[in-house]
Formats: sequence, C-alpha cells, structure tokens
Amino acid sequence: MYIVIAGGGKVGANVARTLLGLGHEVTLIEQRPDRFRQLEEEFEHQVQQGDATEIYVLERAGIARPPDLLLAVTGDDEDNLVICQIAKEKYGVPKVIARVNDPRNQPHFDLLGISPTICATSSIMALVEHEVPEHGLIHLLELRNENLEIVEVQVDKSSPWAGKTVERLNLPEDSRLISVSRDGHSEIAVGSTQLHAGDRVLAILQPGSEDEFRRALVKS
Amino acid sequence: MKAVVVGCGRVGSRVARQLDRSGWDVTVVDEKDDALRRLGEHWSGGFIVGHGMDLDVLEEAGIESADAVVVATNGDNTNLVIGQVAQKRFDITCVVVRILDPARAEFYATRGLRTVCPTSTAISVLTEAVRSCQLPVRERVPA
Repeated sequence: MYIVIAGGGKVGANVARTLLGLGHEVTLIEQRPDRFRQLEEEFEHQVQQGDATEIYVLERAGIARPPDLLLAVTGDDEDNLVICQIAKEKYGVPKVIARVNDPRNQPHFDLLGISPTICATSSIMALVEHEVPEHGLIHLLELRNENLEIVEVQVDKSSPWAGKTVERLNLPEDSRLISVSRDGHSEIAVGSTQLHAGDRVLAILQPGSEDEFRRALVKS
Repeated sequence: MKAVVVGCGRVGSRVARQLDRSGWDVTVVDEKDDALRRLGEHWSGGFIVGHGMDLDVLEEAGIESADAVVVATNGDNTNLVIGQVAQKRFDITCVVVRILDPARAEFYATRGLRTVCPTSTAISVLTEAVRSCQLPVRERVPA
C-alpha cells in the first residue's frame, strides 16, 4: 500500500518505521526543520519537509496519486482535520485516520465526517474505566460461592436517586439496596426509605451488573 | 442583528467595531483577555475570553442566536474548523472566514464556505497598482 503520514513526531515516526518494516511505501511529512533533519537520517527520501496543510506540500508527497491511506497525526487537531478533509474531498483518498489530541475536539471530527479517529486520552480513560470498574463504586465484599457482591456508592446531588424513595428507583433486576447511611447513622433500606444527596448506600448485586447499576445511579 | 466575531486581532477587532458602529449587537471571542484593548475604551459589546474551538465558549458568546459569524484568528486551519462548526452545527447562514493561504481559501470556497483571502486581494491590488503606474517612456540606448 502507499501511505502518506502527516506529522513526524513520536507517533508518526514510529508508525512510519513499522509500516516500512511491513513492506509498505510511505511518505512522512514533517514541518519543523530540526525534527526533519533528524528524521531524514533514518528515513532519507521517504520524509519531506513542509506544512502538510499546504496543498502543494501534500501534492509533492504524492497526494494526487492518491495514496491508499492517509494518517494525520500532528499535534494539532485543526491541522489534522483540515489535512483529512483535503485528502478525502479534494483528492479522493479512500481512507483517512486522524489523531485527536484534545478529546474536547472529538465532536468537530464527528461533525465534519472525519473517521476513524484515535485519541490517546480517550483510549486511556476507557482502559481506566475498564480496569477500575469501581470508578465511583466501591467493592466491599465478594461472596464468591453465592456469586454476589456488596458494593457502596454515594448519591450525588445530580443523581436521579436524590429525593426518591427506594421503591421508586429504577434498579437493575439483579440488585437490591441494603442500607442507607447519613450523618453517621445507618438504616436498613426498605421501600419507603427516602434517599438524599450525599447518602452512602450499600447494595448487593451480581458481578457484571456494576455498570448497569452505576448508570441507574447517575442517570435515569 | 447579532454577530459573533472570533479572533480579536487587527482584522477581527476592526470588523467588530465597524459592525458595532452600524448597529449590530456584537460579541467578540479571543484567547487573550488583553485583546479587549483593541476594541477601544468605549466598547459596549460582548467580549468572551476563550478558544473558538471550544463549543462552550461559542455558546457563551451566543452563537446559537447569531445572524452572522466572522472568523479571523491568526490560524487558517483554526478558522476553517470554527467556520464549518458555525455553519454545520449551529446552522448559521452568514459565516465569513479569513484564510491567508489562497489554495485553501479556494478549496473551501468550492465546498460552500465563504472564505475571504487577503493574500489574493493583496496580490491583485499590487499587480494592478504596478500596471496602472504612469511610467516614463525610456529611450532604448543602442548597444
């Protein structure tokens, strides 16, 4: 395949090296002169210097062939977006992949139809939430033989649970509230127990339903 | 009529002041708070400090109810993205975007964005100025 990579930072250079190792034809574009000279030692004619958002720079890198794939992995989200738009819409590059540096810019990529995108921050957060499922939910006790666990959560001000009685909660099927603690006092949770913002609640549920339980707690 | 001007440099600030003088309700957005000075001592319009790529900032500037959006930060690509966001997310029909690079200005103009390219204007004005000079007639000195 022929692949153009815009941005010769750590991501761009490592991807270029890997793709070349797999036998692909690659052109890497880097704007900063000092970084370009560094890259040139390794990549020789396969790296070009210039601003990849300039149409003549892209053309010099063979955008009009067009490449099978373009990767926009500069450290600037606006640049990555514009490079992808030009590649896709002006030169008909069949596939573009964009790096999103600031996850708050993701909606702009979605709005302008640039996908797939890859965002290191979002990927790391997804892993954190997967690896640490007690994000807002504390595992107190695992009842292995019963296949049940006891967890603790806090009812936030914004939670739909605040101000409701237990019987009116929309709980996942395989979960029950055990107790409600407030100001150092605890009571057994029954149907008429009223929840308030700031309450800490113990619940029993089946492992695997934590996500559903947490969703019920944060939005109805 | 309400206008949001993103970028309060030499261009954005003057556009904002002129619109304000012609009776528009203008809110200016700029990353730097000292850009407010460019609007003059008696600026009565709005001024929001923040990045124009930030949807919260655009909303705070009242983009949802704007009749026109002018995008004139010092980055072409930033302007292209903000302009398209104004057009496509907030359905603003009058979006005018300053783009210094003639090639990008032309490409995005074909895609329905109103781009204004001062570079192209300068090129044609300068060329025309030279052409219209009254030049003295030089006699050719034979070699």
